[in-house]
Amino acid sequence: MKQAHGKTKKFGMVIDLDKCTGCGTCMVACMAENNVPFRKDETDKRLSITWMQVYKLTNGKSYPDAEICYLPRPCQHCEGHHSGHSPCVSVCPATATDYDSETGIVSQIYTRCFGCRYCMAACPYHARYFNWWDPVWPGDMEKYLSPNVSPRMRGVVEKCSFCFHRYQLAMEKAILEGRHELEEQEYQTSCTQACPAGAITFGDLNNPEHKVHQLAQPDPHHHGRPKNPKVFRLLERLHTNPKIYYFSSKEWVRRAGDNYVKDESKSDHHE
Amino acid sequence: MSNPSDTTQPEKSESPAATPGTESSGGAVVILFFIFGLAASMVLGWVIFPTLLYSKKKQPVDFNHALHVVEVENGCQSCHFFREDGTFSGRPTLESCVTCHESVQGATEEEARFVSQYVEKNREVPWLVYAQQPDCVFFSHAAHTIKGKMDCVTCHGHIGESDHLPIYEVNRITGYSRNIWGRNIAGIKRNTWDRMKMDDCSECHIRENVRQASVQTEKGGCFVCHK
Repeated sequence: MKQAHGKTKKFGMVIDLDKCTGCGTCMVACMAENNVPFRKDETDKRLSITWMQVYKLTNGKSYPDAEICYLPRPCQHCEGHHSGHSPCVSVCPATATDYDSETGIVSQIYTRCFGCRYCMAACPYHARYFNWWDPVWPGDMEKYLSPNVSPRMRGVVEKCSFCFHRYQLAMEKAILEGRHELEEQEYQTSCTQACPAGAITFGDLNNPEHKVHQLAQPDPHHHGRPKNPKVFRLLERLHTNPKIYYFSSKEWVRRAGDNYVKDESKSDHHE
Repeated sequence: MSNPSDTTQPEKSESPAATPGTESSGGAVVILFFIFGLAASMVLGWVIFPTLLYSKKKQPVDFNHALHVVEVENGCQSCHFFREDGTFSGRPTLESCVTCHESVQGATEEEARFVSQYVEKNREVPWLVYAQQPDCVFFSHAAHTIKGKMDCVTCHGHIGESDHLPIYEVNRITGYSRNIWGRNIAGIKRNTWDRMKMDDCSECHIRENVRQASVQTEKGGCFVCHK
């Protein structure tokens, strides 16, 4: 693979589940930032489009041992076992979704997608959504849409892009100022900045100076598996190699991130 | 075929039942009909349809680029400048024009109309943008002119040396400017500024090895220009 000058980046997130209160601000901020469509009747959640989705986990015990935890789930931007072999990218027959080896971001090109939804079937995180209808913006809302993100049409799949337009705009500014690299704070996703609890950290996982790298301590020899024992990734054992890391001090939360056989011992956690 | 009377005469004497004469003249009519039909559909497809496809619009005010380039200090960038955040201003707003045109400067009718209709009423001129890309396209002027060190001419042609603004042509079906598809309806391109389609962007991106970071195609990733 040819590489342009500059270091290869791997943008990712660490979400601190101890801090997350489940308020859903990240979901709102994401929808507003990315022109995500909604309908009058959103009661059927299977039809809702939520690039960022907050899930509620419970430990299944009754009072007084009952505990809950909220888990925000954006697109995991999987790298796969070898570079870019993410579940969705490898099945897309239209080259509408792609893995960018410079930023590590899984892209979705709406004008290229023809809506076969293989990627939705392949994604183990339910991070992809299908537009069953053309978006309808009530009243004057069309005027409030962001010009930096193209609105989607009926019949295409969409998902979180790590606010890639923000990267593009940050790069423009850097170029004007004669720089090739971005500062950590120059490129942050909408959900990261909106979270009132400061639970989301975003940055370059390849850069040891970035906070995400220090928190997650990704192990380059084991496909980015976190070296921090309190950090886990969702469905680690599928080898999807996602770039969203979750931090939790609770063992049951970390166990909830993957499927385990009933009596499986803790030592099997990392195979 | 060229002279049917020569060939039909002897044949007729041999077998009076056959009527090859009417057959071959009928064939000629069919071929003639085909040739005319072909010519007509070629004219329809290459001349009439493209003319009908594009609706022509005049800019609200005619603008003399050649005249202004001499007057301003910094070339194209005097009016088409970068904002501090790195974004490109594109067509200038009234603010830039008013610096000089608070009152009428020259003797042209267009300028007098511009001052009375837009400057005095403080209305923005609704310029039609020749290079307007579809809204799924992200284009960074900074990346091309500063990082890539490209000239304006490479993509926009010699608009800066023109005395009048060209007629703006818009595709009635897609709503896009003709400058995107290009003047030549067959898509033949002689200069870099003849067309602004996706293939024209990627042609240069491949040649210059610009962010060829796609895992799927091992060429340019779509997210470089799409948004």
